[in-house]
Amino acid sequence: MSIQGNYLGMSLSIDDLDKENLTYFAHCARHGFHLQKCDDCGLLRYPPTTGCPWCSSPRATWTGVEGKGEVHSYEEVHHAIQPAFKAHTPYMVLLVDLDTQKGQPSEFEALRVVGNLTTQDGVLAPPELVRQVGIGTRVRLVFSDVSEGLSLPQWAIDTTAKQPDKPWRYPQE
Amino acid sequence: MPLPADTDVSTPKFLRDKYAIVGIGETTYTRGSDKTTRALGTWALRNAAEDAGIKTSDIDGMLSYSNNDSTSATFMAGDIGARLNFYMDCVGGGSSTEALIGIAIGVMEAGLCNCVALFRAMNGFSQVRIGGTGARSATPVGGDMLHSRAYGWQSAGQMFSPTFMRHMYEYGTRPEQVAMVKVVHSEHASNNPKAYYKKRYTVDDVLESRIICKPLHLLDCCVETDNATAIIITRADRAKDMRHTPALIRGIAGRCSKPRMDMHYQAGPISRVGGYYAKDILWPNAGVGPEDIDATGAYDAFTFTSMLQLEDYGFCKKGESGDYVSSGITRLGGRRPNNTSGGHLCEGYTHGMNMVIENVRQLRHDVDDSCPVGADGKRQHTYDYREGGCRQVKDIEVTANLGWANPMTGSAMVMRRG
Ligand SMILES: [Zn+2]
Repeated sequence: MSIQGNYLGMSLSIDDLDKENLTYFAHCARHGFHLQKCDDCGLLRYPPTTGCPWCSSPRATWTGVEGKGEVHSYEEVHHAIQPAFKAHTPYMVLLVDLDTQKGQPSEFEALRVVGNLTTQDGVLAPPELVRQVGIGTRVRLVFSDVSEGLSLPQWAIDTTAKQPDKPWRYPQE
Repeated sequence: MPLPADTDVSTPKFLRDKYAIVGIGETTYTRGSDKTTRALGTWALRNAAEDAGIKTSDIDGMLSYSNNDSTSATFMAGDIGARLNFYMDCVGGGSSTEALIGIAIGVMEAGLCNCVALFRAMNGFSQVRIGGTGARSATPVGGDMLHSRAYGWQSAGQMFSPTFMRHMYEYGTRPEQVAMVKVVHSEHASNNPKAYYKKRYTVDDVLESRIICKPLHLLDCCVETDNATAIIITRADRAKDMRHTPALIRGIAGRCSKPRMDMHYQAGPISRVGGYYAKDILWPNAGVGPEDIDATGAYDAFTFTSMLQLEDYGFCKKGESGDYVSSGITRLGGRRPNNTSGGHLCEGYTHGMNMVIENVRQLRHDVDDSCPVGADGKRQHTYDYREGGCRQVKDIEVTANLGWANPMTGSAMVMRRG
């Protein structure tokens, strides 16, 4: 069954043919983070696909993954393009290396999961929080609830983790 | 860098110099064209045919690319009186010009047609905004797009910025080095009467312009303009009957990509771009290396895109493009000028084709600057590159165009003076 929702005034939907995304977001709706684990090579992948990008096998099993990691890169959007985000600038898009499977299949890879920086309860982060985060910041997965059956995975500062003294930030502030 | 080994790759070497760009055409670079993309496209195509010295009816193959923001070859052909033996409208942006020239060579080599016109017609300011604002920004988000657009991660600048930011982190690339790309290209544009922005900018101008998407300031981003561009390609042995010195096509790499094109950030290092892979096709195909190149056309949708391509194609060491673009090498009068027309940052935005057109003019030794025209109808270039002056590169013989779709995909082409 298809999923639909309205997030910040923006229409989100998943078609009923799109089994991979339906499954992924069904787990997210229950605040669980599941990825496809290849039945042949054993590697996880993100985002959902119909085959293993590392060995091309079509066989995979949805597997729960711990949502903890470190910011690999980021951007700070000051001029929003989408109307939904105009009231929320500056907002941050984070590319986070999960601890799970970091350095596989080569030292340059990780499961790099996209999300906005949010508060602990999944609300887009206010400017003072945005200024605290950079490359190296430890974050944990939280969810923004969009509608019944649809939640988006997001990133919040991991208050239980040891943080770097000073995460790397763009030099011109 | 030494010349690459004479290894065989995808293009048989006998195709080197067998095909040439013989005609180039463009509309004015403007905002508010007051014309359909159909009218713009036929204007550029007519100009290209005239430039080549052929009749539009001599064109029997047509290629175009767009993102559903243009008019198909099926409309253009009739409007210029061409009956086609081959046409193909492709989806695509910045990696298309060089890749489609590769297709043009392929279909002519296969005997499907004899003379191919390639065009890109767009109202990138007044209809479908290239920066992503306007109607496109508010469309519903479905399926796979939930992993990007739902996070306000949608426009080109937004999609590329994690690559740029990581490059600064890994290599210590500084904002004032990145700004030098705009500074240099704006100097070039000031000597290009048809450039949309002819003003020269300083590093401070760039750094003081507002942040769009950190690390990108407004002046790190290209212009949005309305225009069409066209190129005519045919066999080099037919080029001798045409108006200008041909630009011979030495070698091409087309839409060469990193792994995981559905989300390329899954494959690292993320500061690496598609050119890292394309270089291993481009240089052996062309039989030259970076050191042999007299001028580059490294796609500048953003300041950073020129830099990342220049380093991954081997014009400098990985991570050192900040120094490279700050050293004077890329300036007119430098060892290897980049984007002598002002490129996308200043001349106009055409999804790559104006950078190829500029290099064709350079190889003819006849760029359209303000130098006086002599009795032979050719400009008498002064090689004085001060503001408003000459922009012809002296004694230029070989050029490289490095086209960019996004961090994962690039196309490239080497041309030489015929
Ligand atoms: Zn596998």
